[in-house]
Amino acid sequence: MDIEKVDRILEEHEYRHSAIIGIMQDVQDIENYLPEETLRYISDKLELNLTKIFDVATFYKAFSLVPRGRHTIKVCCGTACHLAGAARNLDQVERTLHIKAEETTDDRMFSIETVNCLGACALAPVVVVDEDYYDAVKPGKIEKILSYYRSESER
Amino acid sequence: MKVSVIIDGQMVQIEQGAPIIDAAKKAGIFIPTLCYHEALKPYGSCCLCIVEVIQDGQRRLVTSCNFPAAVGMEIFTNTARVRQSRRMIVELLLVRCPDVPLLQTMAKQMGTGLSRFKTREANECILCGLCVRFCEEVVGVGAIGLANRGVDREVATPFKMASDVCIGCGSCTYICPTGCIKMVSDRKTPNLRSLKMGNCSLVPCPNSYQCETCQIEQEFFKDIKRVIAEFRSKGQ
Repeated sequence: MDIEKVDRILEEHEYRHSAIIGIMQDVQDIENYLPEETLRYISDKLELNLTKIFDVATFYKAFSLVPRGRHTIKVCCGTACHLAGAARNLDQVERTLHIKAEETTDDRMFSIETVNCLGACALAPVVVVDEDYYDAVKPGKIEKILSYYRSESER
Repeated sequence: MKVSVIIDGQMVQIEQGAPIIDAAKKAGIFIPTLCYHEALKPYGSCCLCIVEVIQDGQRRLVTSCNFPAAVGMEIFTNTARVRQSRRMIVELLLVRCPDVPLLQTMAKQMGTGLSRFKTREANECILCGLCVRFCEEVVGVGAIGLANRGVDREVATPFKMASDVCIGCGSCTYICPTGCIKMVSDRKTPNLRSLKMGNCSLVPCPNSYQCETCQIEQEFFKDIKRVIAEFRSKGQ
């Protein structure tokens, strides 16, 4: 990651130790994950122990230390979605992309995540791609949804 | 400011805000702990040191290693409730680490043993955090830390790679109450001070302790001098 960008993020947070979560969120917004060298650089600049940073980075599920795809597909597997057939949707997504849940495609286009309730139970089963919610998803719909994001990134 | 508290019927004077365990020590009352150490900041992770406290008419269980003493506090260290809670804690720790002698004897003393719960995976670490805190607070290195959460929580080096800051002092092996960090000399990789949890590979001196002529030592001193110089120039 660009050192200048990291410096700008650090400056925005005034090099405060207490802002470490915010700093890492900003880094992840840009890179989609937390690169090791960036964390080492942050540790150096903040004079904060790397073990502390690693602790926080591994504690929160929102942070990822491995590269993620450009689009994150969140398949809700909460109670309501589970009853409405979320497992079939997850199967279909995995089959279409040839990866398992919590993995990323080789071209780093998609990552699959399972979540345990998005608070949108009335829309069950729900699939969220980036910030877009898709309600009442059936396995047959998955290909159409994914192809939209494929064609969008080609544009 | 000194405050007086009543602990098991004894009146004891201690500093306001000092942990209750200090009062117990003054009164000569033994409180079992696993994560407390005088040289370190209290952490309160093992919860074995719980005592019953009556404050402002409220009766509750608190961890004595980090609960601040206040005026008019009444403390009981050996009530039935305390004993039962401690028994439960030891029992649960024993489920996690069934092979640790210290926990076995503790369990025996408290009248419990390995019983109703299933052992998931035998482990020797109770996550007391002593090694992590000692490395950071006393040694001042911070080579190891805690990572992940919930059932996956563990002691680890950053990115789970051989640490490049570990000085191989062995403090973590010394302070570990269950003995799950061991010093092992690794003959395959001489001159490399690396740290692996559960298998801490640290090497004896390759230059037979001739510190005056040793390259490693000289570089270390150079580093130290540079750091001191930097620190002084910053201070002025």
